[in-house]
Amino acid sequence: MFACIFIPDFPAQTIMRFEPELRARSVAVLTGRPPLEKVIALNERARQSGVEIGATKSQLEAWENLVLRARSESQETLAHAALLDCAQSFSPEVEDASPGIVLLNLAGLEPLLGPLPKIAGDLTRRVSQMGLEANIAVTANPDAALLAARGFPGITLILQGYEAERLGDLPVDVLLESFSSDADEAARWVEMFDRWGIRKLRALAALPEAPVSERLGQQGLRLQKLARGAASRTLRVLEPRLNFTESVDLEYPIVLLEPLAFLLNRMLEQVCARLQERALAVQELHLSLELAMTQSNGYASFTRTSARIFTRTLRLPTAMLDAKVFLKLLQLDLQAHPPGAPIVKIRLSAEPARPRVLQSGLFQPVFPEPEKLELTLARIAGIVGEGRVGSVELLDTHREGAFAVRHFAPAEPEVRHEAKRSENRKKTKNMCRPTNESACELKENLAENTKEHAKEKMSAVIAMRLFRPPLGASVTVREAKPVRLRCLAREDIAGEIVWTAGPWRSSGDWSQQEGWSREEWDIAVSAETGLVLYRLVQDKLSGNWFVEGTYD
Amino acid sequence: MGAIPKLAAVVPASRLDVRPAPEMVSSGIPQLDLLTGGLARGCLTEICGLASSGRTSVLLFALARATQRGEVCALVDASDAFDPASAAAAGMEMSRLLWVRCGEKSPSAGCAKTGAFRGMPSGILRAAEKRFGFSRCESQLGRMLKVTDLLLQSNGFGMIALDLGDVPVSSARRIPLASWFRFRRAIEHTPTALLVLEQQPIAGSCSSVLLKLSGARSQRRLSAVSSQLSGPPYSELPHSELLDQFEITAELLCSRLERKLERKPAQSTASFKNRAAWAR
Repeated sequence: MFACIFIPDFPAQTIMRFEPELRARSVAVLTGRPPLEKVIALNERARQSGVEIGATKSQLEAWENLVLRARSESQETLAHAALLDCAQSFSPEVEDASPGIVLLNLAGLEPLLGPLPKIAGDLTRRVSQMGLEANIAVTANPDAALLAARGFPGITLILQGYEAERLGDLPVDVLLESFSSDADEAARWVEMFDRWGIRKLRALAALPEAPVSERLGQQGLRLQKLARGAASRTLRVLEPRLNFTESVDLEYPIVLLEPLAFLLNRMLEQVCARLQERALAVQELHLSLELAMTQSNGYASFTRTSARIFTRTLRLPTAMLDAKVFLKLLQLDLQAHPPGAPIVKIRLSAEPARPRVLQSGLFQPVFPEPEKLELTLARIAGIVGEGRVGSVELLDTHREGAFAVRHFAPAEPEVRHEAKRSENRKKTKNMCRPTNESACELKENLAENTKEHAKEKMSAVIAMRLFRPPLGASVTVREAKPVRLRCLAREDIAGEIVWTAGPWRSSGDWSQQEGWSREEWDIAVSAETGLVLYRLVQDKLSGNWFVEGTYD
Repeated sequence: MGAIPKLAAVVPASRLDVRPAPEMVSSGIPQLDLLTGGLARGCLTEICGLASSGRTSVLLFALARATQRGEVCALVDASDAFDPASAAAAGMEMSRLLWVRCGEKSPSAGCAKTGAFRGMPSGILRAAEKRFGFSRCESQLGRMLKVTDLLLQSNGFGMIALDLGDVPVSSARRIPLASWFRFRRAIEHTPTALLVLEQQPIAGSCSSVLLKLSGARSQRRLSAVSSQLSGPPYSELPHSELLDQFEITAELLCSRLERKLERKPAQSTASFKNRAAWAR
């Protein structure tokens, strides 16, 4: 069995998919060069109010509440891609028939997905979640499914052998619209059938084959076969593409973050829904904003020709799929890095990845949720600044205090070693013979005791508190040793040096411009609160003294 | 009127005040664990002390032990004083430590951003600080409090440390007590241990344990040796004798934990020695 998903008034529905508030209003989609734009698609409300396909823009002025929109091919492409994703989540054999029409092979899916009416219902529901209203038809051959989906609204299920009977009620126009490549040729066929008095497919199907062949040739025979629902063919199966992109052209430039977030939310929800259908998650999000440049000659004009592209990329440490989290991350990122000009086009693409699989255990240490952690880090970065939050990585250099702050992405916790150790112990015990059992235990206990003893023996290391940047100091030197210190920036760091150790000389990067050479001293200075230990540094290149930090 | 149902599952009022004892984790220093019972999860622990009292060493070692246990930790650094080399020497697993630098990027950057002080030379700013009591520490503290709130809300951290070691006592005391109550409430019944490093106690009754550290013994030894030597004011005490065996004395000033020990600790102080990173 085959199913066909048909989106009636596809250009209008793609626009309403992105602007759901238009569903309650009459919408007409126009195309063509101004002022000769013509209506190419309508929604049901517009049709009921009397608007017709092919009407010009000037004719539409009679309708007060009619919403006019220009055709958006990019949105149609994206909506069609979403439709294909939806179909591919049901069946591996999917044919991309034309924009807004997708065919699926349902053979063998009944044991997995349930009976055919249920599959058709699920398809309708899934397409509806994407913001599109579809006609679904299920028949024994793909062409009959296409005809039925085009002709009958809602869900149509035609059992094998009943195709001619059900399709007979459809007008001939539906057949020619579906299978004629040229609109003029289709119009000629319709006119000819009309002259012959053939207006329904039932009449065409009832004609004897030989006269049809004599008068209309092979094309006529093919159309008759299609009208009977008897044509059979295999699907031209579409290779799945992993392109998860949503884009929107804006009629007016966006200046504020709030309306942008509103649009981003919709786009993210669409991308996440498509990824979810494929059981995938997001590893990277690319946001590309087309900005309108303002002219500096007094008045502002927004032109696409002078537009520039502003891009932001969110790299996530773990694959996730939560539209709300993505929206918040994008909002925080855009707050920190504003585009700087009005936005006229938004494009959002997601890099797919396998979702994170994690089984938590009783003995695992606590660990922050990656989604929550990402949000927290973004918020903290908004408070303290970019590059001032993260994990530290010491750089492989002799330069003192060389480090880099990386994005904080702690590894997932592992199963605690105690559990593993107890398992290993059991295995070792089983391997030991009974006579050696006590010796084995003794050996294990000794090893554990040694480790515990080493842990206990490990004492705290005297730590340093740094002054960033180092505090400039005035130092009195006697007999090549510092004897008195006065810090220029902090008055409390001053006094007689009662103890010194050093100097320790180091230098590096001498072959480069940023070469350095320094002498370190460890000193104790008598203060009101007692003795304080400092690290005093002399820059040998400039001769200046600095207090680098306190031993604490 | 029906019979009054028996409320068997209701806890009697007399037992409402019994709180479960918090889980204790090792600070990594046995003497300190013996004194305090370890660091309590879900509680606020204050570590106070003056400069060169060993407070940072204790904090970094506790964080290092927590990261070695596989926990994710955070250090909220109010004055940007964290030394990554010291942390690495203490055995910290750097990938599990989140470092938040709340200090200014440059000495006057924070003030310069705030409108009225934009573009002022640093000398004038320092003079303004002195004369009008304006302090750039306050903006640092504001950021630190916001960051701590966010970290506590995000859950999942084994240990969160607030480093107020270089914040002047007068500024630290301006942190409203309500903030400490909020922090205490946020970590209650969570596996997070909240440590606060400071010069003097500031959290009041919100802290469960209050430790005071001092390096007095080493300093006394240094003073004694230096006073014995005649001539120049600097002593010839070997480098290794001071920094490698730096002795820290910890005093338990206050503990609000209900410890289930077999007997009370005999003393409220403990001493232990720090080693220099190069001596290991």
